[in-house]
Amino acid sequence: MKWIDFEKPNTIDEAIKLLVDSNGLAKPLAGGTDLIVQLRVGDPRVNASQVIDVKGIPELNELSYSPESGLTIGAAVELYKIYNDDNVKKYYPAIIDSASLIGGTQIQGRASLGGNLCNAAPSGDGIPNLIAHGAIVTLAGPNGTRKAKVEDICIGPRKTSIDSDELLLSINLPINPSGFGASYLRFIPRNEMDIAVAAAGVSVTIESGKFTNARISLASVAPTPIFVKEAGDSLVGKAVSPEAIQEAAILAKNAASPISDMRGTAEYRKHLCEVLTQRALDIAINRAQEN
Amino acid sequence: MTTADYERNQVLSTQNDYKVIGTRPIRHDGADKVTGRAIYGADFDAAGLLHGKILRSPHSHAKIISIDTTKAAALNGIKAIVTAADFPEVSNTKVDLGEDVTELKWLRDNILASNKALYAGHAIAAVAASNPHVAEEAIKLIDVTYEILDPVLTTQEAMADNASILHDSLETVELGHNTGVVSNIAKHFQHIKGDIKKGFDEADLVLEREYNTKTVHQGYIEPHSGTALWSPDGRLHIWCSTQGSFVVRDSVAKLLDMPISNIRVTPTEIGGGFGGKIPIYVEPVAALLSKKTGTPVKIVMTRRETFEGSGPTPGSQIKVKIGVKNDGTITAAHAWMAMEAGAYPGSPVGAAAQCVFSTYDIENVLIDGYDVVVNKPKTAAYRAPGAPNAAFGVEQALNEIAEKLDMDPIELRLKNVAVEGTRRADGPVFGKIGAKEVLEAMRDHAHYQTAKQTGHGRGIAIGFWFNIGFDSACNISVNKDGSINLTEGSTDIGGSRTSIAMHAAEVLGIPVENVRPSIVDTDTIGYTGVTGGSRTTFATGWAAYEAAQEVKSKCIERASTIWDVNKDDLHMEDGVISSKSDPELKMTFKELANQMSETGGGISGSAAVNPSGAGGSFAGNIVDVSVDPDTGKVTIERFTVVQDAGKAIHPSYVEGQMQGGSAQGIGWALNEEYFMNDSGSMSNTSLLDYRMPTALDLPMIDTVIVEVANPGHPFGVRGVGEANIIPPTPAIANAVYDATNKRIQELPLSPGAVLSAE
Amino acid sequence: MAERKTHVQTTINNEPIDFLCEPRQSLLECLRDVIGLTGTKEGCNDGNCGACTVNMDGRVVTSCLVLGVEAEGASIETIEGVADGSNLHPLQVSFLENAALQCGICTPGFIISAKALLEQNSDPSEHEIRFWLANNLCRCTGYDKIVRAVQDAAKKMQTA
Repeated sequence: MKWIDFEKPNTIDEAIKLLVDSNGLAKPLAGGTDLIVQLRVGDPRVNASQVIDVKGIPELNELSYSPESGLTIGAAVELYKIYNDDNVKKYYPAIIDSASLIGGTQIQGRASLGGNLCNAAPSGDGIPNLIAHGAIVTLAGPNGTRKAKVEDICIGPRKTSIDSDELLLSINLPINPSGFGASYLRFIPRNEMDIAVAAAGVSVTIESGKFTNARISLASVAPTPIFVKEAGDSLVGKAVSPEAIQEAAILAKNAASPISDMRGTAEYRKHLCEVLTQRALDIAINRAQEN
Repeated sequence: MTTADYERNQVLSTQNDYKVIGTRPIRHDGADKVTGRAIYGADFDAAGLLHGKILRSPHSHAKIISIDTTKAAALNGIKAIVTAADFPEVSNTKVDLGEDVTELKWLRDNILASNKALYAGHAIAAVAASNPHVAEEAIKLIDVTYEILDPVLTTQEAMADNASILHDSLETVELGHNTGVVSNIAKHFQHIKGDIKKGFDEADLVLEREYNTKTVHQGYIEPHSGTALWSPDGRLHIWCSTQGSFVVRDSVAKLLDMPISNIRVTPTEIGGGFGGKIPIYVEPVAALLSKKTGTPVKIVMTRRETFEGSGPTPGSQIKVKIGVKNDGTITAAHAWMAMEAGAYPGSPVGAAAQCVFSTYDIENVLIDGYDVVVNKPKTAAYRAPGAPNAAFGVEQALNEIAEKLDMDPIELRLKNVAVEGTRRADGPVFGKIGAKEVLEAMRDHAHYQTAKQTGHGRGIAIGFWFNIGFDSACNISVNKDGSINLTEGSTDIGGSRTSIAMHAAEVLGIPVENVRPSIVDTDTIGYTGVTGGSRTTFATGWAAYEAAQEVKSKCIERASTIWDVNKDDLHMEDGVISSKSDPELKMTFKELANQMSETGGGISGSAAVNPSGAGGSFAGNIVDVSVDPDTGKVTIERFTVVQDAGKAIHPSYVEGQMQGGSAQGIGWALNEEYFMNDSGSMSNTSLLDYRMPTALDLPMIDTVIVEVANPGHPFGVRGVGEANIIPPTPAIANAVYDATNKRIQELPLSPGAVLSAE
Repeated sequence: MAERKTHVQTTINNEPIDFLCEPRQSLLECLRDVIGLTGTKEGCNDGNCGACTVNMDGRVVTSCLVLGVEAEGASIETIEGVADGSNLHPLQVSFLENAALQCGICTPGFIISAKALLEQNSDPSEHEIRFWLANNLCRCTGYDKIVRAVQDAAKKMQTA
């Protein structure tokens, strides 16, 4: 690895100052499970001579729930904390679908959903799940803080709408209404450790047997994870039925524009979109009906 | 099926009257290995150690026009730089690589490229620095000018007319004669038995199929490493993780034009090899760097370098044509096999030819083998090299035939099984073998006898590996406390030092805990061949047996001196020397050992063997799979492996070999392959995308050890390391067919391939 | 900025350890090359094989993906700290009794991982064991005897 400098700020303001002073050559470090690999192989998309460890900043380590504001996950909170958290298990169980399958046990001891989002891989396992939950992020920069929808963060493969002098602080999942259910399902050739070949994160709200809301998001089948608004919208107002599910799954598939690479062909990935969306919806619906 | 229905690990033992053989002692190196104390290649340290890093070609085929190292040399901290120009000039000779032979010029060229880069990952130059990060940054400053050429990446591409040629000096040897034609085909040979045309004419049914396999890697978790110290007295000391310290010594001696007596190779503990750590890669480079710096230089490969810069096993094209009578008798069999050798000649197509039809007694056989160079890393042995490729074809073809004849696939095989006296198509006549016993054990196993679950598919297959003998040496010296020191030269990849110690313990009638085995360097033990070829327990165990016999006869002699009786009156059983005629005269081995000095001096024994009676081993699988109809993903639901071990010295480690080879075969079947991109380099150079099975991908692997004693070994041992990797790929393909009606003739059976198969 | 090493203070196997390292050196490199604890192994250097597993502040991590400088103030357990003096841990004993290692290179990582599992779940099912250990690759054993060794140790530790 070429030389890097290392800083560990204690506050958001200190971190922002370091980012500003670095002129775009500093990268925030949370779990490091993507960044350290990229630095080591000299990934040209990561042009960094300084690494800023943000795990000492309290706001980025927050994991809290309130009936008013929902679930707040600090940007650096490790996955193992998320799936072991009682509030997550009770109120946002579908988030565990992603948190428990990124990498393996050891990766989950370090990696964070915030890092997964900022890495902006087309295959990011946390991202469709957050989109399905309607999650909102809070960012801090030299001009103050701002909020953004998760689906607006990834703008290209490994590119985000976050400025180089901005820091992701936290991700907020709003309170879910009763009748809500969500799930994240991905396809990998092995049973763990792989990057998703295709993936679907979905959520539904069901009242009296009808969909009142649905959100469907896909990963690994476009330059970024995508929010397929029309697929979720197609369910609203309809009764729960296999036909409605299939129609939504096909709309999701049609929105996908996958490439062929060593992880799968474009046709195979498109096919999987339909299969995974359908299966994920089945699970989400089951969870909604139990809720 | 419940666990109570059958035993998960069975030993069908024929000979049980041993005291030590067949027991399951704790391995002697166990405490070191579970506490992290064992020293593997990369753990080795020495005063003044520098770190070496190798620059590798990004191009799969290119002329090297120039190498400019000035910028790298100027970098602060760089102590030495080497290229192929630093090799001494030597005339071309043959080099013994432990299991095969190559030309020195090929070996040299693979270690550091001379005029051409022949694969992406080909070593071009190397630097040494005290900081490995500095060394890594330095190699990026070496300027190499390349003229890029078209690569060939498969046997089809390489054998085509007008294919891009790798070596201007490589002329095809056709059936033993040099044709003078420059091509990528190094060699075409044949084995002929009987009359193939007559055989096919007699058949009621002829099946002809083509199969293709991809490049796969042995996947050992420990990357290659080696440290070299070139001493001012002209001696070179190498510490490395290797399957054959004597092969390292011999190869390095030829490469560096030194007498072997000037080289000492100390093998460290080794983190897996499976054949891939028989060739040398980094040791000569470290030696050349050390010669310049005068300090020890250590080179450790990264995982990417391990994929691109060591020796995977070939991709291949296998055409099979089999003729049978309606009653299932095989009348003719033809295999046409082209295997990728990688950048230099020497694929295992010859070994594949020795195995392809050898499980069966067939009157008329023709085998065509083609050794083909391609722009990929030079292939190395991978556990029964070549045979899994061939079996993927033959064992599927036989199952297709069984289905057409409405015969049980195991019955079809039993009908044609090779027995003692059967002549193989490549020449040798079988001595006592256990093919029939393995098939019967498969047929009679609870797995096969139990109906499969709804939605599952079941497949079987069987494979053969001939196993080798070669040289092994062993020295034993007796300690005063009745223990023995045993030194041998077989690096221990899987617990073999204990199995070898068990041979000596059995002969002397002492507990195996009283044997202190050590694996020593090339200065300290006689010539010992590689830990590979399923030879270690067989040959080095035999050397230990012979050395112990010498100790035993010396004990008897010593006792006869002490008691002043005729030594023919004495015998030694169960660690006790006693008189046949006088029951009062007895002493234990320990008591004798205790008085060695006073009664004539120390007692020791030694042996050097080169046994020729290596009995082959057969291994079979029964596998149940489920296939997700919407994704094509194959899940291994149940797996049973049956293998003939001759005599399982330490059954736990025999089971371990069977389970390990099975797991590798499963990975080979389901997901492992080198993804080659358009420019000819490997895309998936990490363990993320080179997908080996994890603990979550496999079920328990049930084992049955069959023991058909090998008359060519004192305890009946047959090597077991290799044959078990042969049946999994066809067994799984057969199971997938049973589940889906899709016959897949290309590896791997990855989900997309299974889904899109017709 | 001039290139200087960082002084790190950490606790390893219950002992306070100070070391110097460059920020680009991983914790794995620091353990092996700086401190001299070579029991933790490198298999891939990108988090995919688990041979470098250590326990850091109560959870298992791949030390190749932790920077040495991030170990400041942390409490780390490596394979060298698993045995109690010269008494092997029940997992170490059961790995040997069950022949759950062949070449042994993956064994330190597996023992650290399995130990953490048993500390949090004293009676894991076969599936739970396999899921927990999916980040630890073994190429020699096919995992069968490793799973049995963990089950065996779990039983022994429950009755202890």
